[in-house]
Amino acid sequence: MWRFIALRLLQAIPVLLIVITVTFFLVRFAPGGPFSGEKAVIPEVKAALEAQYRLDQPLFSQYLAYLSDLAHGNFGPSFKYPGRSVNELIAAGFPATFELGLYALLIAVVLGMGAGILAALRPNTWSDYLPMSAAMIGICMPTLLLGPLLVLVFGLHLDWLPVSGWGNVPGDKLLPSLTLGAAYAAYVARLTRGGMLEVLSQDYIRTARAKGLPERTVILKHALRGGVIPVVAFLGPAFAGLLSGSFVVESVFQVPGLGRFFVQAAFNRDYTMILGSTIFFATLIVLFNLLSDVLAAWLNPRLRADLGGRR
Amino acid sequence: MNAPAEAGMTGYEEGTSLWQDAWVRLRRNRLAVAGGIALALITLLCVFAPLLLPYGYEQQDLVLGAAPPSWQHWLGTDVFGRDLLTRILYGGRISLLVGVIATGVALIIGVTWGAVAGYAGGRVDAFMMRFVDIVYALPFMIFVVLLMVVFGRNLLLLFLVIGAVEWLTMARIVRAQVQGLKQQEFVEAAVSLGLPRWAIIRRHLIPNAVGPVIVYTTLTIPAVMLLEAFISFLGLGVQPPASSWGSLISDGVETMEEYPWLLIYPGLALSVTLFALNFLGDGLRDALDVRSSKD
Repeated sequence: MWRFIALRLLQAIPVLLIVITVTFFLVRFAPGGPFSGEKAVIPEVKAALEAQYRLDQPLFSQYLAYLSDLAHGNFGPSFKYPGRSVNELIAAGFPATFELGLYALLIAVVLGMGAGILAALRPNTWSDYLPMSAAMIGICMPTLLLGPLLVLVFGLHLDWLPVSGWGNVPGDKLLPSLTLGAAYAAYVARLTRGGMLEVLSQDYIRTARAKGLPERTVILKHALRGGVIPVVAFLGPAFAGLLSGSFVVESVFQVPGLGRFFVQAAFNRDYTMILGSTIFFATLIVLFNLLSDVLAAWLNPRLRADLGGRR
Repeated sequence: MNAPAEAGMTGYEEGTSLWQDAWVRLRRNRLAVAGGIALALITLLCVFAPLLLPYGYEQQDLVLGAAPPSWQHWLGTDVFGRDLLTRILYGGRISLLVGVIATGVALIIGVTWGAVAGYAGGRVDAFMMRFVDIVYALPFMIFVVLLMVVFGRNLLLLFLVIGAVEWLTMARIVRAQVQGLKQQEFVEAAVSLGLPRWAIIRRHLIPNAVGPVIVYTTLTIPAVMLLEAFISFLGLGVQPPASSWGSLISDGVETMEEYPWLLIYPGLALSVTLFALNFLGDGLRDALDVRSSKD
């Protein structure tokens, strides 16, 4: 197990290096300098600024310097907000984004697995069709539509919940989390149903039933362990999707998160911020994929047997 | 294929081909049929929009302003007095075009990559698929946003960029297909019968791999359209005065309290299309009996 984790961590290093390199050079080749928007900067000031951002050095030594900064956990200064570092911006935005993602994931797992198990217990009956139709709606209804519609209904017409903000008024976290989690709940429901259906037809389930175990124990203890493996494997990639989805949710609900900062940085051409947050996101996602792989391996003894091997 | 001629020669009873079978099964799936019809209807409406509609797509009526649905304007007008139905159908042309072109790009890259990896096997395969694993783990949205920032908000670029990030699943599927088929007895039989390689590829590999490719193409289109809607919603995609469903929804959100129809109808257009595509894709998957591999 440890060997597997260590190996995957080692594999993550070249991945991140590629991401950093590609992003760095892409951003450097982008048209328009960071100060091109400002009117008539005095040459001395410009030179001083360029020196501060190391733009006066050759590209390759800029790249090396950036790598060494990263190794020290330093993302450099922001282009757009002088005096603020990218680290500060990430630290300011990340807690809200992380919390939002966590709640959404929780909603997805609880709601999705519940619906999936329910559907798998009586396939092709109403208790299967109903949750699965709801899941289909969840998949087809894009976040960018679901969010505004929820605001329209629960925020403006019924006036039950606050329409925007994050952590200012009680209940304002509910709509954003629900919006972000809905589509993933739908995917989780489908995966759980598929996984459970497959497991429930296996011999060891029949054995468990034949032993006279109560149905509850058979489902929750024996079947679920095998049935959730596809869900666990999905959670890694889902987390990546959650982060991207949070761009839209954050802008709809005005959540002061990293997603909104990133989109603003994209508009402002705040290159160091774009660069820093891309690398930050990529690192997070690589770590999450690792976590979900390890969890899936821990749940599935067959996968554990050839740990370290290629899939 | 040319089944009747061969069947006649060998004297066997004429069987139904895979495609005839699939067609029968697909027609029995009411949801998939409904999806297909809805999709055809939406596409036709969007394509022939200029011939069907009395209003121009930028034609403003500032005196009228935002008006609710009426006989003159079936779906109402936006804040500039532009006919919403016209804008939705014109926006649909861009949304659907993104769906088709970006999916085409994804199809070309994915099928080539997967087929080469699957056919080559060994180290080449391991390297190519490892690459796919790596890219799979990356945040697509961020890269699309990044590329749009770097290269400017160009529509054609948007198509290419979206296509360039959506080919991975296709590559995995095609590779698995080709790899599996290579080891099948009928391919071995064809090899031992001395059939030339191109004949094996054309007669045995391609027809057998095409089913999953069709299914995932149908399922990639909604994913691609959704991505475009995301980008345009954030204001980084299609730029005014052009519009897509994503940008119309984005505009609608701003005034949804006063003029809810500006949000609801574009949203309806997008979700109905996504529904239709997903139902059709699922139906095709069942009809062609493609096992849902990891995706």
